[in-house]
Amino acid sequence: MALLEVTDLCAGYNAADVLHGVSFAVEQGGITAILGANGAGKTTLLRAVSGMLRRRGSIRFDGRSIESLATEDIARLGVAHVPDGRGTFLDLTAEENLRIGAYTRNDRGEVARDLERVFTYFPRLKERRHQQAGTLSGGEQQMLAVSRALMLRPRLLLLDEPSFGLAPLVVQDIFGIMRAINAEEGVSVLLVEQNAGLALDLADNAYVLETGQVVMSGTTEAVRSDEAVRRAYLGY
Amino acid sequence: MEAFLHQVFSGLATGGIYASLALALVMIYQSTNHINFAQGEMAMFSTYLAWSMINAGMPYWWAFLLTVLISFVAGVVIERIIIRPVEHAPVLSIVTVFIALLVIFNSVAGWIFTYTIKTFPSPFPEQPLFGNRYISSHELGSIGITLMVLVGLYLFFRFTPLGLAMRAVAQNPLSSRLVGIRVGWMLALGWGLAAAVGAVAGMLVAPIVYLEPNMMAGVLLYAFAAALVGGIDNPFGAVLGGFMVGVLENLIGAYVIGTELKLTVALVLIIGVLLFKPSGMFGKVFVSRV
Repeated sequence: MALLEVTDLCAGYNAADVLHGVSFAVEQGGITAILGANGAGKTTLLRAVSGMLRRRGSIRFDGRSIESLATEDIARLGVAHVPDGRGTFLDLTAEENLRIGAYTRNDRGEVARDLERVFTYFPRLKERRHQQAGTLSGGEQQMLAVSRALMLRPRLLLLDEPSFGLAPLVVQDIFGIMRAINAEEGVSVLLVEQNAGLALDLADNAYVLETGQVVMSGTTEAVRSDEAVRRAYLGY
Repeated sequence: MEAFLHQVFSGLATGGIYASLALALVMIYQSTNHINFAQGEMAMFSTYLAWSMINAGMPYWWAFLLTVLISFVAGVVIERIIIRPVEHAPVLSIVTVFIALLVIFNSVAGWIFTYTIKTFPSPFPEQPLFGNRYISSHELGSIGITLMVLVGLYLFFRFTPLGLAMRAVAQNPLSSRLVGIRVGWMLALGWGLAAAVGAVAGMLVAPIVYLEPNMMAGVLLYAFAAALVGGIDNPFGAVLGGFMVGVLENLIGAYVIGTELKLTVALVLIIGVLLFKPSGMFGKVFVSRV
């Protein structure tokens, strides 16, 4: 059974729907990518999953309906969302940003160990742990955002455009670590990306979103070899 | 020289009270961007509560602690029941609610306790401590209690997970939800803390200004000036501003314009800061692109 199963999801802002009946799934331990151009509804889709806006349809996480839960309760079930714009607490130190990620956990010893673990993934953050998060570079802030999400010990990680605004080398770095995290910690990932090439390298399944509807889906190989996808999103 | 030092010390004592109330204002402002105009009246009502308990024969410090506790709970309840429903309302509606709270607390206090001026006891001895000539026991005691409250709050916000969560909510409510923080409760907790700190300020200032339903009007004005001078979104600034306003008020009152016109110091400060440096000494400067 899939860890996250979304069926016929409609969601949007105020009166207007952005998503029109989207269905997709994230397998246990898998990485699913949602591809699409600007304005296709990718960010809306992640927000709908974590209950940040009005939505209709069925969202099942680990067999449980979560479409009527509040954002904080969805987070408490083990869904960590790295939002659009990274959601960094700019005036807190890097370490405080990480500690706040573990806010809902009571196992202090384990939290301390997880803190050391994210520092082994991202040694840069350890150097900057006492620095105000707002003074970190874009790449470091992205590392911080991913680490903050990991501190929740999530079962599902929602990533909104982790490559946005970052230098290619930094992006490669972060994506490499994402793969390691997925393999080592067994965290399932739902990844939203404009950079289709990158996303397809990382994911096992992909969905292509156009104006709020899924227009193509399948394994990454299948999606990558699709003529239309190749032209529109991979550019060759 | 002696008189001058006396003015400075008693300014520090009342300044500490302004600092506490300014801090209460800033705590709520930081997380909601609103000034709670009823903060002073809530403190006044708490002080009446303490007065009733002391009058009923309860020892001072028990009444003090119980009042702080009750004020905390009342602050939480007010946020949950009265403020929560208008959370997303336009600014003017919220200001109206605050003013309504102010008027209600004021009138209810007058109705229950009458408008007759009452004395409020000080827990400190009448004779100056250590036989010094500069500062009365109550002033010294006020400074001591204020500092304890401020240090306590600092430790709470700096070193406890709950304090960290409250700071996180003030900065970024959306992100806070995403890590599982119950934002609504954090706001209520902020109201509770602000009400408790206000209650302490009320009980410390009451022996000086005497207990009556309008006793906090002037204090709130000074606290507001203090918060603005320090920077309305900066707790440290508000505290520093409180002490500065207290001393400045005393010195200008004693040597420049006379005690009757002291309150104008606060008004001049408010207008001066808003005109020339709206962000205060330590506040964030907001720049918006158009």
